[in-house]
Amino acid sequence: MKEAVRPEGPARAEPGRGEARVWTHRLTSLAGRSDALAPIVFVWPALLVLLFLSIFPLIVSLYLSLSRLQFVKGGFEIKFVGLANFRKLLVGSQKTHFLGAFAGPSPFGWVIFGLVVLAVLVLLWRYLRREGISLAGLIGRVAGAALVLAGAWLAVRTLTGGGRPGTLVVTLFYVFAGLTIQYALGLGLAWLAAQRIPGRRFFRIVFLLPMMITPVGVAYTFRMLTDTMQGPFAPIWRALGLAAFSWVNDPWGARAAVLVSDIWQWTPFMFIVLLAALESQSREHVEAAMVDGANGWQVFWHITLPGVLPVSTTLILIRMIEAFKIVDLPNVLTNGGPGTATESLTLHAFTIWRALDVGGSAAVAYLLLLVVTVIAVAYVHFVRQRLSAAFG
Amino acid sequence: MRRWLYFAGPMLVLTLLAAACGPAPTPEIQRVVETVVVEVEKEKEVEKVVEKEVEVVVTPTAAPSQFQGVEVNVVTFTGPQIAEPLQRRAPVFQALTGAQVNVITVPFSDLYQKILTDLATGTNAFDAFVFAPQWMVDYIQPGFLEVLTPRIEADEQIRWDDIAPFFRDFSATFQGEIYTIPLDGDVQIVYYRTDVLEENGLQPPETWDDYLNVAQTVHGQDMNGDGAADFGSCISKKRAAQAYWMVWSVAGAFLQTEGTGQGSFFTLDNLEPLTNNEAFAAALDVYTGTTPFGPPNEINLDVGDTRGLFTSGRCALSIDWGDIGTLAIDPEISVVQDKVGSITLPGSTRVLDRATGKLVDCDETTCPNAVGGVNHAPFAAFGGWSGAINAAADPVVKDAAYAFLSYMSAPAQSNVDVTIGKTGFNPYRTSQFLNRQLWVEAGMSPEAAANYLGGIEASLNSPNMALDLRIPQNQRYQQIVLDTAIAQLLAGEITRDEAMQQIADGWNELTDELGREAQLAAYRSSLGVTR
Repeated sequence: MKEAVRPEGPARAEPGRGEARVWTHRLTSLAGRSDALAPIVFVWPALLVLLFLSIFPLIVSLYLSLSRLQFVKGGFEIKFVGLANFRKLLVGSQKTHFLGAFAGPSPFGWVIFGLVVLAVLVLLWRYLRREGISLAGLIGRVAGAALVLAGAWLAVRTLTGGGRPGTLVVTLFYVFAGLTIQYALGLGLAWLAAQRIPGRRFFRIVFLLPMMITPVGVAYTFRMLTDTMQGPFAPIWRALGLAAFSWVNDPWGARAAVLVSDIWQWTPFMFIVLLAALESQSREHVEAAMVDGANGWQVFWHITLPGVLPVSTTLILIRMIEAFKIVDLPNVLTNGGPGTATESLTLHAFTIWRALDVGGSAAVAYLLLLVVTVIAVAYVHFVRQRLSAAFG
Repeated sequence: MRRWLYFAGPMLVLTLLAAACGPAPTPEIQRVVETVVVEVEKEKEVEKVVEKEVEVVVTPTAAPSQFQGVEVNVVTFTGPQIAEPLQRRAPVFQALTGAQVNVITVPFSDLYQKILTDLATGTNAFDAFVFAPQWMVDYIQPGFLEVLTPRIEADEQIRWDDIAPFFRDFSATFQGEIYTIPLDGDVQIVYYRTDVLEENGLQPPETWDDYLNVAQTVHGQDMNGDGAADFGSCISKKRAAQAYWMVWSVAGAFLQTEGTGQGSFFTLDNLEPLTNNEAFAAALDVYTGTTPFGPPNEINLDVGDTRGLFTSGRCALSIDWGDIGTLAIDPEISVVQDKVGSITLPGSTRVLDRATGKLVDCDETTCPNAVGGVNHAPFAAFGGWSGAINAAADPVVKDAAYAFLSYMSAPAQSNVDVTIGKTGFNPYRTSQFLNRQLWVEAGMSPEAAANYLGGIEASLNSPNMALDLRIPQNQRYQQIVLDTAIAQLLAGEITRDEAMQQIADGWNELTDELGREAQLAAYRSSLGVTR
């Protein structure tokens, strides 16, 4: 490298200045090299931390899902068992727990499945008729369609015709039913709170409060509220002649209780983000529409809703990923019961983990990760990007 | 003068230290004469009162500063029961010995894995454990628990021989070595409301059919005068709690006939589960048959809930450990003082023929232990909360932990604690069964004490007592497979036959996973109940 900084010309005549140039050149070169190295030096520590905290546990838990924990003299050993844990969940003794008990779909189930098939075929047909289709896009869509059909088939065979949903379908129910209601309520409340009404600040705080409470606290509150023997509504319950009835004995009653408490807790999250989105909207469009004679519903449907859709898609994505991990509410509220009726995938994994079947627990967690990833990726590709492109 | 002080000062400190670290004073056991009611002859309505010598420990073994500065972390389940006496007596123990005992509590369903993960990962956050002794096999095999045999042999304060043989052998001993100190005696019995049965002209249930009959007859009557209809039977049936023992309290009488060594969970030749046959089906019919006569949310009730319902006068019958007996005499929570009777678990006149899997009538061949043609198999569920010590703890901490557990189990403390309902501790010492005065002082009438202790004693003395499962990973067999299937059956998610198949398949899968031969050997060994 010395050759590269050899002084030339006047430097020979003026050794002092030449020396300075050499140093300047060296410093410049060093600075250049530092600049080149900077990204690596600054990024690597963060990357290593990320690898250590995220990727490493992910790999270890993948290995755990393929193994069995055994306690031996002085500690434990992890024995590789291949796909045994997954086999147990998908075709073995845990199948009815995880996937549910299958029954022939009822006529209503067939109608629902037929509609889903029709919708998927229409969407695929529309894609094929489009210009500029790619092989990757086609494969992605076919895979997505297969997954949707498999999910729909699982749902109609376990939810209709005397079947019983497993923890996978129950989790999907919590996610999609919960999200739909939370979004509708959150948007409604946000729209109300965005109006210029007296006491709007008060309502904003009140609507936000449930989100501040710990989920375990929410679960205990609802457990008390739904206790038909000693809860605060017990006298009303008795007066209605329902003293001998308890919602916890009914699977859908118990699932509804979990759903209601989840909605109560998480609607504020939707509310606060949608409120911010509503308040940041320009009033000019609304005023222009009203001048043109649009009524309130038309303004909401054609101006307000499209305006908040880009924010909504991100909001739903975040909430959806979070909702898949529901565990505290069914655990405290119903212990996953009656039977396994309210058990979510995370609670399923937790129950197995309690008995230190770490491999079985990791297998459930990995299948959950797979479901969340597929649905989230499909959502981002097929819903969020389109809506953002259309309204963003 | 100053030089002399330099010499004398350290000498004085050394002398004090030597005194503090010296051998603990031998417990002073005084022999006192107490009046003891040992028998109530019901037919003659006469109490037989005798005078008997009873040994009472009057001094603690540890010197006041023996464990000064030592901290002992004890983990048990979230109270109030079990944790309560440990927390209440910890400061007294500290005043006596200097050792600070921290009682850490976790939910029952997490206790097993919390202890095991702490030990297996070498975290060793806990120095001692108060847990279900049936789990100890999983902790002993990897070498996590301290062998207590030499300490017990050198400890006079604990009065080891006073502990009933069943608890010494089943709850404390594994393959000839003592690993735990019993603090509680557990066997399930049936409680009934004496006044309610009397008003209806009913006898305490002798068989499970009688149980259903009594429950059906009195269900809906107002049993506590509050104007509301009450319940024929209250059984804790909550999932992921302590309910999975209840079903076996019913099933035992149908499955085990030839004595304790026959076992009630598996066959003895190939460890085939006894859960897919006509007898287990009959037991499940009884178990699910009690639900219509219970509270509407019975499948969501833990034992604490059913105890509360019973002591508030809302139930005519219940299955429980010894707790209801002592809770019923607590005037603060009970409205059924002296209205509670207890009996050994009801039996069955039809039992399992293991060769055919069929239900057959009891006779001298099929039910050699039957009483009046009824086969009883009192279920020693759980085995009683017991204390153990972490083998990896510091030696001085182990000493302090042992001293604390010994102190808790010593008659001076335990004879009081077992009479208090909220402790969750039930009688497990011979002196606690003999010295009825303890119970009378605690608030029981002599008749109630005789009835309560008689129910437990009869169970413990039964030659056909059903033992709890004590094979490796028994928690997965019971708390996961059995508990889930029973919960699903009660919720109507699966049929009786599906539940039986599910339990059999789940247990077989586990057995094959863990090694059938090894599990079979462990099962046979656990039934020997020999040291």
